[in-house]
Amino acid sequence: MDAKQKALADLIAENPNTLRAAWMRELAIDVKRTNLMGEAELQGQCQEFLMRLEHAIRHGELEDIGAPSWTPVRDYLTEVSQRRANLGFSPADTATFVFSLKKPLFMYLQERSGNDSMLVEQIWQTTALLDRLGLYVMEVYQKSREEIIARQQDEMLELSTPVVKLWDGILALPLIGTLDSNRTQVVMETLLQRIVDTNSEVAIIDITGVPTVDTLVAQHLIKTVSAAKLMGVECVVSGIRPQIAQTIVHLGVGLGDIVTKGNLAGAFEYALRRVGMTTTPIRSES
Amino acid sequence: MIVTRHESLRIQDEDEIVKIRQQARRWAADLGFSLVDQTKMVTAASEIARNTVVYGGGGTVDIEMVQAGDRQGLRLSFVDAGPGISDVELALRDGYTTGSGLGLGLGGARRLVNDFEIDSRPGQGTRVVITRWK
Repeated sequence: MDAKQKALADLIAENPNTLRAAWMRELAIDVKRTNLMGEAELQGQCQEFLMRLEHAIRHGELEDIGAPSWTPVRDYLTEVSQRRANLGFSPADTATFVFSLKKPLFMYLQERSGNDSMLVEQIWQTTALLDRLGLYVMEVYQKSREEIIARQQDEMLELSTPVVKLWDGILALPLIGTLDSNRTQVVMETLLQRIVDTNSEVAIIDITGVPTVDTLVAQHLIKTVSAAKLMGVECVVSGIRPQIAQTIVHLGVGLGDIVTKGNLAGAFEYALRRVGMTTTPIRSES
Repeated sequence: MIVTRHESLRIQDEDEIVKIRQQARRWAADLGFSLVDQTKMVTAASEIARNTVVYGGGGTVDIEMVQAGDRQGLRLSFVDAGPGISDVELALRDGYTTGSGLGLGLGGARRLVNDFEIDSRPGQGTRVVITRWK
């Protein structure tokens, strides 16, 4: 460890409380949504981070924060970042937790060097500028990732609600994934439109691919079935697995006179009978 | 009772309800819950999480793996700072709702878990704790 590095570690070790106070003042200015986290928690985070930082500077290399001596610092930053992400901090506000420590540290360094205040000032300005640019890049990156995800969700919305024709007069609607309200709206509209287009008599709604059926999902199903009924079409809900059946019973949801089947095959057989068809095995001629 | 694993998540919108369901399912699976028990706990979590968003205006959930004696369980504590519930007994009654749902969520969730606690007063927000033991 060189002398400069030792000096930096000493600086933190000798002024833990004043440094922490100055840092928290900076955080109060730089971070927009301070109401997301209590004073006590923030103080605890600052204190813990300073302690670990001091230890890492004293025992590790400044150039390589991936080294084992920096593990406690990295672990703690991970914890701090995850906590902030959960509380709804933006990426920039999260990164500012680290960046805002610069100013108090630089001020101490300036006090130590005493004479060349101009140089310290310039270094400070430059580094602050670069930090802001860095943060900007991160923010933009994060935003564009979110946009991609949102677009993919929209595409999924369209893709995952196909209405397929199984037979003359029989439609099937295999549902997969989460039935949140946006999607259910699309499902309902698509199904009712296709009923009109194909002149169908029976529609099978298959929920094999829906992992959770809570009261909202049940309500959406009931509404869809009722709307179809008004159009003279009978709906069969299939794909009710044992665990879903037990859960619906405990929830107390009454599916009333909705026809339900355990699997799609059962529902298809029922639907064929409703349109006046039966299935028979091909008889061997020989 | 010892908490062996803990995570806090916020609940502000529908997407985060999905996240809580997924996390509850993962933790229930880690605990070795049967498929039926997993589904019951996840469904109860979904009901309470939705209430937190729709009626509580958003809040947080603490997901915890707990151990009491030699039994293990999954405990979810939902907290919001919303308007609160003036008559908890009425809110728990099947078919009663101040919104547009079926009015079965709260009472249904209580039947899906082993331990159910609700603490709410008008203007004080609502706290619901559900636990399911393995």
